[in-house]
Amino acid sequence: MGVIDQLARRLGQAPVNVSRRGFLAGSGALVLATALPLRPVRGQEIAAEAPAVTAFLELRSDGTALLRSPFIEGGQGIFTAMAQIVGEELDLAPENFSVEIAPAGGPFGIMGGYRLTGGSMSTRTGYPVMRQLGTAARAMLVEAAAREWGVEASELTTEPGVVVHEGSGRRAAYGDLAAAAMDLPVPVSPALKDPADFRWIGTALPRMDVRAKSTGRQNYAIDVEVEGMLLAALRHAPRLGLMPASVTNQAEIEAMRGVHSVQMLDGAVAVVAEKFWQARRAIDAAEIDWIEGEAQWPMPAGFSSAAFRDTLAGATGEVVEVEASGDAAGTLQSADMVIEATYDAPYMAHGQLEPPSATARFNEDGTLDLWMPCQAPEMFVGAAAAAAGLEASQITLHQQVLGGFFGRHFLYATANPFPQAIALAKAVGRPVKLIWTREEDFLRDAPRPLGLARFRGAVGPDGPTALQVEVVGEGPTQRWYQAPPGQDPSATEGISGKTYAIANTHIGQIFHANPAVIGYWRAVGHSMHDFMYEGFLDELAQAGGLDPFEMRLSMLSGSERHRTLLERVGEISGGWTPGPFEAEDGTTRARGVAMASPFGSEAAVIAEVSVDGGEVRVHQVWVALDPGQVVNPSTVEAQVQSAVALGTSQTLVEELVYENGEPTARNFDMYPILRPDQMPQVHTAIVESGAPMGGVGEPGLPAVGPAIVNAVATLTGQRIRSLPLSKHDFG
Amino acid sequence: MQLNINGATHDVDVDPDTPLLWVIREELGLTGTKYGCGIAQCGACTVLIDGVATRSCATPADSVAGLEIRTIETVEDTEIGRRVVEAWVENEVAQCGYCQSGQVLAATALLSDIPDPTDADIDGAMTNLCRCGTYNKIRAAVRSVSEA
Repeated sequence: MGVIDQLARRLGQAPVNVSRRGFLAGSGALVLATALPLRPVRGQEIAAEAPAVTAFLELRSDGTALLRSPFIEGGQGIFTAMAQIVGEELDLAPENFSVEIAPAGGPFGIMGGYRLTGGSMSTRTGYPVMRQLGTAARAMLVEAAAREWGVEASELTTEPGVVVHEGSGRRAAYGDLAAAAMDLPVPVSPALKDPADFRWIGTALPRMDVRAKSTGRQNYAIDVEVEGMLLAALRHAPRLGLMPASVTNQAEIEAMRGVHSVQMLDGAVAVVAEKFWQARRAIDAAEIDWIEGEAQWPMPAGFSSAAFRDTLAGATGEVVEVEASGDAAGTLQSADMVIEATYDAPYMAHGQLEPPSATARFNEDGTLDLWMPCQAPEMFVGAAAAAAGLEASQITLHQQVLGGFFGRHFLYATANPFPQAIALAKAVGRPVKLIWTREEDFLRDAPRPLGLARFRGAVGPDGPTALQVEVVGEGPTQRWYQAPPGQDPSATEGISGKTYAIANTHIGQIFHANPAVIGYWRAVGHSMHDFMYEGFLDELAQAGGLDPFEMRLSMLSGSERHRTLLERVGEISGGWTPGPFEAEDGTTRARGVAMASPFGSEAAVIAEVSVDGGEVRVHQVWVALDPGQVVNPSTVEAQVQSAVALGTSQTLVEELVYENGEPTARNFDMYPILRPDQMPQVHTAIVESGAPMGGVGEPGLPAVGPAIVNAVATLTGQRIRSLPLSKHDFG
Repeated sequence: MQLNINGATHDVDVDPDTPLLWVIREELGLTGTKYGCGIAQCGACTVLIDGVATRSCATPADSVAGLEIRTIETVEDTEIGRRVVEAWVENEVAQCGYCQSGQVLAATALLSDIPDPTDADIDGAMTNLCRCGTYNKIRAAVRSVSEA
């Protein structure tokens, strides 16, 4: 919620309104208007007059439907989920849908006037809108049949893809009614289905993209081919704030095979060539003199992440209150058992497997076409317009299916290649596809910020009595959307927003600017803060002589939802057994537990670990996830697998280290990510509590790390307060 | 130089040390083979060379002249390849899908070589990275082929 709230505030929009009234009063009229099924011929005429035909839904005469999804597909299964929801209310089997990304602009800002793919928001914000869309289109088809047959619409029913008049036995396929339905007025408030009658929502329908992705036929931005295009590779300045003075061997490079030209960019040098490999080879050979220049966030020459961690640990300054209850300071002062600890977590790269790219083409009429990955199309178009000196209406953005995202493809100054592609296309007068090598991606990624928090807690015989936390640093929502300290959820979430009952708490933020260009990484603040909080909670349990599982249960006595979830994860793991114990294979193992409340959902996790050759091995992870209600359980299960993988990866091995102002890792050799043989078994329980629908993509992640770390503490006696585990020796 | 790719001989005019990946993508226009890291770490660029799963980003083109190169585009030309693809579809392995061309070919090479692999065999052969974390489904899909 945090990011979305901040965005909404910044954009001057009301919070996301998912009510039917809001739907109809807001963008709803436009949405419904564009829900009109189009005749193929008419559709072509419209396309000829207005190239940006914006419509969510087209019913075709062959009975299939084209759905334009406000949310981009990047492996999370959102296209399939959207088809399931619309299909449910339309009464058309989801397999009859093709889904494509809705173009920038138009009526697709269904998150309260804007849209982005992130914050685990897509299904929960799309759900009410897509249901309305489906039911409106169904009502129009029914009305069309009623008029044709001279009967009352109320006498008609539907079966998937067919309108039926039971009295006469007449039937008409949707495809045959689509043309007549399009001339009808849009119904004001057609009834939604009773969820008890759902046919497809809540079922594990197969994802529609798996075959293309199993046979190499899925195209991504990096695969885009535009007639007459040149390819570009570049080298960025080693630090932001440097600029190229000259390429001393420019003539030599421009004489290399296939090379069109060397181009100086803002903080980078590019080579444009007939082929990417020719450009890459040439830029690798370039000898560039870098001099001091200007940047919005110049990277200090001496910057080191280790020193920055120490700076945050010692930072003083105003503690801006985020949450408070009771009298934390007073309780801590008078308590018998008080413990303190400082936790930190490193910078991390997104490491999406598709390297960033962008293709730019200026057209003869002065307009610009762009092909690229992006999670926020309207924002990208706005930025591209500024970069190209055009109006947004002159830009056509061709959004591409994402080869992984995890937060990588939001708009971050200096982290997206499209402004450079625009500059290059302008400079050479031809379309240009710019691909960043993996090395350039690591250099200019917007990493998850290094974060740190200082904890003080008191514990009595019945559990924690006071908790005081100072979270030190800067969150990405302050950086990019000017959320002030104390009101930036991305800076504290996972330490703020916890559900445990502790009578006396004070959670505050000490703002300290981060020299790196920081960004959103899967689960954002939760990706590190739940590790810190849940680790310290186990420390309190240990100090109080309490079992960490039982202590958490007792702290959740006020919330049936959370107690149920924690008990559920205990059950699926075969009953809470912290260990250490000997496993069947002779290894000694232990288990840890943790919880998180991320992105509108609730999660409880148990992890089982051993130590092998001084390194932690994670054998099994049990996840109980409560997203309130579910559209596609197999997609949810896949997202839990994915979240556990990334959560395990960041806990075991991931750390982006800066020395002398540069990341020491520029590729996966020096920045390991989870290998196949490090993947734990994952056991998932989806709990549908019926609470308002929460997110799915990120919520499985935050509790994984602390569950692992807590298990390690039980197994080895070593309490790890600084990630990743690979920098500690467990030999 | 002449390269035998997907059963046809292609004359390609490239510098001899051009990585096979970029020959496949840029000279032949076959984009199912992916660039991920360029240093043979991630395996997104995996192709089969005489049936052996090979990381094409670090394979000079002139080193494979005369050998039989197969890319994801023709994986279903073989019985094992067909079964692997079906297993990938059945198990809904892919998420973002970017690594899966390489994963499918690595599995095809493994199962062609060892029809009933042990866990250790799978660990040894299936080393391609997947940032979406589809590893458990990959293993299940490999298993479903060997157990069919």
